[in-house]
This record gives sequence, C-alpha cells and structure tokens, in this order.
Amino acid sequence: MPVSVTSSELIYESLKGVGVGLVSALPETWLVHLIRMAEDDPGMTLVRLAKEEEGVGVSAGAYLAGVKSAMLMQNHGFLASVNGIVSCAQLYRIPLLMLISHRGEFGERDPWQTEGGGVTEHVLDALRIPYAQLASRDDVARKISKAQTLAHSASRPVALLLCRDLMWED
Amino acid sequence: MRRVDALKAVYGELEREGRVVVTIMGAVAAELQSLGHRRNFFYLQHAMGLASSMGLGIALSRPELEVVVFDGDGSILMNLGGLTTLARYRPRNLTHVVFDNESLLSVGGFPTATATGSDIAGMAKAAGIPRTATVTALDDFRGEFVRALGSNDLTTIVAKVEAVGPSGYVTDLALLENRYQFHRHLRELQAKRTPSQE
Repeated sequence: MPVSVTSSELIYESLKGVGVGLVSALPETWLVHLIRMAEDDPGMTLVRLAKEEEGVGVSAGAYLAGVKSAMLMQNHGFLASVNGIVSCAQLYRIPLLMLISHRGEFGERDPWQTEGGGVTEHVLDALRIPYAQLASRDDVARKISKAQTLAHSASRPVALLLCRDLMWED
Repeated sequence: MRRVDALKAVYGELEREGRVVVTIMGAVAAELQSLGHRRNFFYLQHAMGLASSMGLGIALSRPELEVVVFDGDGSILMNLGGLTTLARYRPRNLTHVVFDNESLLSVGGFPTATATGSDIAGMAKAAGIPRTATVTALDDFRGEFVRALGSNDLTTIVAKVEAVGPSGYVTDLALLENRYQFHRHLRELQAKRTPSQE
C-alpha cells in the first residue's frame, strides 16, 4: 500500500511530542498506519468511532478531564462533524486538534473524493478555523506543535490538512 | 413519571465527590439547574447527540470518576452509532440515562420515533451495552439508577417520562461560566489525587 509509513511515523511521533494521549479515529486509507500506531501504543487511548462527529464530543470530554487529544479523519468526516465543531467545540471554547486527510486534491484518482476535496478549505474558512496544509515531512513536527499551541492558547479548534504529497507514495 | 421528579429522586446521589454529570440541552438542563446547580454538572446546551460522547471522553480519560449522562430520546436518536462506540469501550464508570418523552418537547412536542415503537433500551442492548433497562415508575427509576452506580459496569437506563417541562430553557448560568467551572472542578479533583504533581 503506497500510504507513507515514514510520514505516518513522523506525524504520530509529533502527536506524542505535543502530549496527545487520546486519539479518536474513523479509518480511511491514508490514516491506516496512524491508526495502527495508536492501537499498538499502550500509552495511547484509541477511540474508534461510528461517525466522526462523535469524536468532537469525545475530545471535549477528554479535554475537560485533563487529557489532550487529536481527531484523525478524512475531509468528508470533517464535513460530517460540522455541527459538533460549531455547537460543542466552538460554543464552549474547546481546543481541538483535527488532522484531516485532504482527499480530492490534485492527483486524486477516486472520483467520489473530488467533490469534498473542493469544498474542505472553504468550509474551514467559513468556520474561521485556523488551518495549514501538511505537504512536506520537513514541516510536520513544527506545524503540529504550532497548531497545538494555538488550539490551547485560543481555546478553539484548529486543523491540519494531511496532503497527498505527504501521505501517498505514488 | 415527570422528568423533574426523576431528577429529584436521584439528585442526592449526584452530590458524592467524584461523580460528574453531563446533560443534554433544554428541559433536562433547566430542570436539573432548578434543583440546584453544582460544580460537577455540565450542561451541553447544543450539539445534540454528543452528551453521551462527552461522557465517554471523560470516563475513558478519568477512570476514577463516576460519570452520569442525562440524555434524551431526541438526542440519542441523533447519535445511535454512539451507542456502539460506548459498548465497544464499555467504560465501567459510566451510567447513561435516557429520558424518553417520545417527543421533541422544546420545539413544540413533535413525536420522535419512540412514539411509534422504536425501543432505545433494545437498541442499546443490541449495540452491546451490557446493562440496560426501561422504567416507567419513579421508584423503579431510582432503584435502577442506584444499582447502575453500584454495578461497576456500563448501563443505559431508559426512563419513560411525561412530555412536560419548564416554561423556559435559558437559565442564569452562562454557558462558558459552566464550562470553566466544570473544567476547574475536574482539575481540582485530580490535584487532590496527585498532590505531588501540582
């Protein structure tokens, strides 16, 4: 499978480095290694979800209970989570670190991914969620650290878009 | 059974240190506050469906706490998948109460699917939640609730209640005031356990 193990390891170690102790996830191809790493790590609580929006509630509960968390989801899962993000995380000023696989951008071969790919950044903008693209391994640790810092100083959701150039080895 | 009476019947149980409560919006939040707000109560005043998910996040993060979620039929019907997630992780420190008035009371009382036969306790059981019950009488509710807290296992109790509620839902407690107070309370409970880390 051409999902990058090297990049996945780098992302996972960066999450650990910023103190993430709970990860909620719904599997998608680009996230498989990350989810396995969370599963194999006795120091990580992995919550497998039925639908991504649940993850907003789980993360909010974890945060209030003193545990830093991250959400791993596809951009379509982000789109399915919008009400939870707005009326739980934003309404209650909950820091939320969202790692979103950015399907549907240049190079996408699956026709069904292309519509969501085209609207993801517009929806993030509309929700006033600060975000950055993660497209290069050189940026991973620094951007995850900075995203986490902003999430907690602002008490708001932030997003990192996991891009094809980072996640997929053609 | 009226929901406010059911809340009153178990209110004393909610006072014990280390118990925390998450409620849904609307009548449940307003009625619990009418009995007396406490620092261990958090009212999720929107994001319908996610109160049970928040309870799961707290329960998994802090196994020493006893988490009580006061949910409703309209809310849990928006997050039925969440029942499978609850069952999958089976937090033994979570008691999940669903007040089922068979309607969306706060928006005019439109009937939910439980009014036409959908069985939330049946769905919870089929999702894999180990302890489930449906109760219609006040004494039965109190009994099931106390047994659930003592059971050391994940429980969903469906309490059939009348479709009546308070005249209004906005209370004197601001949403963010509640959030910061609850967060601080959980931090203080943790600090008591591990004073060396403070």
